[in-house]
Amino acid sequence: MRLVVAEDNALLRDGLIRLLEANGCTIVAAVDNATTLATALRDNDAEGAVLDVRMPPTFTDEGLKAAVAVRAERPGFPVMVLSQYVEQLYARELLASGQGAIGYLLKDRVANVGEFVDGVRRVVAGGTVIDPEVIATIMAKREEPVDRLTAREQEVLALMAEGRSNQAIASALFVSEKAVAKHTNSIFAKLDLPVAEDDNRRVRAVLAWLRV
Amino acid sequence: MDTGHPEKPPSPLQLTGFAALHLLMFPLVLVTVVFVVVGGVLTVVTVGIPIMLAALPALHWITDQHRQMAARTLGYAVPANRLPTDGAPLMKRLQIWATDPMTWRELTWALVIVPIGFVLSLLTVLLLLIVVTGAFWWYGAPHIMRLRTSLDRVLLSQGHTEKLERRVASLTESRAATVDHSAAELRRIERDLHDGAQARLVALGMTLGLAEDLFARDPEAAHKLVTEARDTTGAALGDLRSVVRGIHPPVLADRGLSGAVEALALDMAVPVRVQNGLSGRPPAPVESAVYFAVAECLANIGKHAGAANGWVELAWAEGTLSTTVGDDGRGGADPNRGTGMRGVMRRLAAFDGTMRVSSPADGPTLITLEVPCVLSSPKTMPSSGTA
Repeated sequence: MRLVVAEDNALLRDGLIRLLEANGCTIVAAVDNATTLATALRDNDAEGAVLDVRMPPTFTDEGLKAAVAVRAERPGFPVMVLSQYVEQLYARELLASGQGAIGYLLKDRVANVGEFVDGVRRVVAGGTVIDPEVIATIMAKREEPVDRLTAREQEVLALMAEGRSNQAIASALFVSEKAVAKHTNSIFAKLDLPVAEDDNRRVRAVLAWLRV
Repeated sequence: MDTGHPEKPPSPLQLTGFAALHLLMFPLVLVTVVFVVVGGVLTVVTVGIPIMLAALPALHWITDQHRQMAARTLGYAVPANRLPTDGAPLMKRLQIWATDPMTWRELTWALVIVPIGFVLSLLTVLLLLIVVTGAFWWYGAPHIMRLRTSLDRVLLSQGHTEKLERRVASLTESRAATVDHSAAELRRIERDLHDGAQARLVALGMTLGLAEDLFARDPEAAHKLVTEARDTTGAALGDLRSVVRGIHPPVLADRGLSGAVEALALDMAVPVRVQNGLSGRPPAPVESAVYFAVAECLANIGKHAGAANGWVELAWAEGTLSTTVGDDGRGGADPNRGTGMRGVMRRLAAFDGTMRVSSPADGPTLITLEVPCVLSSPKTMPSSGTA
């Protein structure tokens, strides 16, 4: 995978690069501010980007804005956004910037290297990876959500939103992969999602669930 | 009559009209003063109380008329600034009136200024009536009437010193409250850090130390400890995040009040509509105070209101930021009961802000927060943080 990395803290940037390179990624550009990020995203043939939300010059949400901007220019460009904190508001904005190929995770998740790199891979492959903390706040408030779904199906959908594969969901819920496939098919049917490529349907199911 | 700033000064004829009104009201003033004095003496035996309940409002009415005429003549407001009696029972009202310095000013006015003023007003009217003195009237009436109304103003409105005293008293109170509030906040933050992130980092250090010891002897166990240590860093970061949210929510820094309120609304269990009518950003301290006020109101809706819908409206007009938080729940909210709402009021008071609660028994509840402030044009604000 050829990636652009944007993170203003030198320690964290070096850590990210080391970690991604150790897992078979090529870092085509590493920048520390939003201005050079824009050029870096335009100038090379990166397959995706890993962005920090808060960066110079204003130290607010330029990473988020850059993600939305690049996806407006190159629809479906895979972006993984990392932040010290997560907001449902920002998750919605990212998800609304185009279908799939988007990730939004707390920086803490990087500590679990295997899962993080897997998440980046899923995003580059067109999947959606949303932080469990965002999922939890949505779970806490949802009563009538997609209330046609059974409790088990909702659990499966929440794990899908975190970007997990059927196999990962199966092991998280201690059921067989076949049972998960049955649940996902039932979710797609209940949400009236037409038969299409599996990844795309997963993304759309997640979007329906997040009501974006 | 307009008590504000009239666009053009009244003509001599209008002024003479005021003078005539002064004269007409003179007997009224005398009768009222007699009643107030008699009633005041008789309050020792209950019979004075109904007399006072009629005579004092009459005195207020008369003095208000004189204030309005003075304001028109002088070209600036002559406010009464009586102590508020809204909603107080009759006896309580009487007590407030008796202790209000303005009542005593008005009485003194009736006894001292009114006789002198009567002569001045009479002079104005006579100058008009006697045709020969027409010229004196034309030039003299404004001067005489200014003198008369200035005399009225001296006793009918608070002096500078009194106004300043009142302001100083309210500022001293709100400053003390603000200092208390910040001290309590700092204690809370210290406790949160001590019990949360700090404790977890200590545990982390111990776990890693243990793992270091075990590396050579029992790599399996050391590996388990390192995994545990990683989970502890996650928990410590989680603690720090919640502390930071309590100090200054990052989304408030990023998106300003409207964006942050939207983020709050999204996290609510009931649907909350946000209507943003702000064209710029209020100063950061005001933003933060209003944000936490709205957060408290929304938290109360979630906890107590049993509402199906909520809404937040942000608007700014004539130097005042007004925020309305409403819900269609069961109502009956009492702002003095919860410590949370009292904290909100204290925090707003530091900016001369006010909070009004309207919450009848079956709802809806409407909370209006008003803070005087200026809006800055929308721009990005540099800060010294890193994510």
